[in-house]
Amino acid sequence: MRTAAPRSLLQHYGPASLLALLTLAVWETVARLGLVPPFILPAPSAVCKALLEERRLLFGVHLPATLLEVLTGFALSVVCGCLLGIAMHLFSPLAKALYPLLIISQTVPLIALSPLFIMWFGYTLWSKVAVVFLTAFFPVVIGTYDGLSKNTDAYRELLLTYGANRWQILGKVGVPLALPSFFSGLKLSAVYCVIGATIGEWLGGSQGLGYFSRRMAGNLQSAKMFAAVVLLSVLGILLFLAVAALEKIILKKRGRYS
Amino acid sequence: MINISNLSYAFGTGSSRTPVFSGLSMNVQRGEFISVVGGSGCGKSTLFKIIAGLLEPDNGRITLNGAESATAAKRLGSVAYMPQQDLLLPWRTVMDNCLLPWELKRSRPKAAAVAEIRTLLQRFGLEGTEGAYPQELSGGMRQRVAVLRTVAAGNDLLLLDEPFGALDAITKRSLQRWLLELWAELDKTVLFITHDLEEALLLSDRIYLMTGSGGGMQEFPAGLPRPRHHSLNYQPQFAALRQELELKLYENRRS
Ligand SMILES: Nc1ncnc2c1ncn2[C@@H]1O[C@H](COP(=O)(O)OP(=O)(O)O)[C@@H](O)[C@H]1O
Ligand SMILES: [Mg+2]
Repeated sequence: MRTAAPRSLLQHYGPASLLALLTLAVWETVARLGLVPPFILPAPSAVCKALLEERRLLFGVHLPATLLEVLTGFALSVVCGCLLGIAMHLFSPLAKALYPLLIISQTVPLIALSPLFIMWFGYTLWSKVAVVFLTAFFPVVIGTYDGLSKNTDAYRELLLTYGANRWQILGKVGVPLALPSFFSGLKLSAVYCVIGATIGEWLGGSQGLGYFSRRMAGNLQSAKMFAAVVLLSVLGILLFLAVAALEKIILKKRGRYS
Repeated sequence: MINISNLSYAFGTGSSRTPVFSGLSMNVQRGEFISVVGGSGCGKSTLFKIIAGLLEPDNGRITLNGAESATAAKRLGSVAYMPQQDLLLPWRTVMDNCLLPWELKRSRPKAAAVAEIRTLLQRFGLEGTEGAYPQELSGGMRQRVAVLRTVAAGNDLLLLDEPFGALDAITKRSLQRWLLELWAELDKTVLFITHDLEEALLLSDRIYLMTGSGGGMQEFPAGLPRPRHHSLNYQPQFAALRQELELKLYENRRS
């Protein structure tokens, strides 16, 4: 087993890592040879340098600001999304009324709406949290609602004969069966949060990685802009991995059924 | 134990109602093992769902433990029902599956419930599977766990709906022997659905034949002496009874 682990790791992540390295190498070469001006495409090494140079500002000011928006928005999305998903499951008229509206809320171009948030909330944390919430709560609601809508009639009848009530049936069967779908929604939501925060910061404000990347782009300092983009993407990946790890822990405790 | 008189039931509403059975009566004494046989779709599972309290009959009376229940829902929780599929929860271990009925009632300390299930696991030949998940068990073992969970629900009347119906012939044989031995020490009243006539004859005190197509129920006294041994299968007396039972079923079909 011990020798098999690194091999399977290599099989899993080898191709993707190889492709990434290859891309970086080609990119670096193209930039070094001066085929593309640095303000259009900075070399990866220049991006790393920018990351180091601006580390105080990036890690001390902008990353914490973005992280705060992302985490606040994510927490709100999870709490509201779960509650709404459960409420829609319990009261079907609510589901019929809300499901179309929820879908419409996702087709509205957020960027167009965002000036409105600035008018409502000003240049505060909350105007960005609102954008994060609008992008990130949808997958949570749908994941929760669809998960709970699985057909559990046979289990329901069995539990009824044990004398269970509606809430016990929801807790013992409905929720466990909904978990895989719920976590799929949660993983999407985690990634969307970072995108939402970036859009929110673009529209106004004085800190955050999105704000920084936009300002640097305006100054044609592409290497610094890329440095912020790299950080944003890493942030999204870490959030996703955290949720995936949580899913693994919880579902593993419940057996190998998914 | 349970007395059913003049029961009738139909699925659907309005003019499109299709009667499943009518005028159905049966009487079960405490401690009896009763089989219900009949062709597919003749309403056996429906009858069990009514007894368990999941469906409200259109007509008729059901008296459980000497008390007539006003509505079907009143019987929920007082009869142990094992549905046709085993319905073990795949995310729970064997022990946690068997604890499910206790979790819903919490009528005694958990330690007592766990101790009882451990004893039952021993008696059911399931030692060592306590921490296993259902999908790690063979079909025969899953079925035994499902029976155990039904017994652990703590009711005196057990309704077993074709518990061995989905098993291969060899596993089925061994589970019939197992149930025959277990039954002698279990002190429960059992209603048992099957379409396997030999299984019914081997296990039961009396057999009820369901006629289907809107009809009622007919009693067939099996009456083989107890204690029984599974080698009973090969005796002429058994073969004669089996033939008689088959003829009766066939008659009912035609009429
Ligand atoms: N939910 C239902 N709605 C309408 N008809 C049903 C329903 N469930 C069962 N039936 C019909 O009722 C009859 C009896 O079904 P069932 O009790 O499951 O039969 P059995 O268990 O004897 O095979 C069948 O003809 C079946 O088609
Ligand atoms: Mg059936």
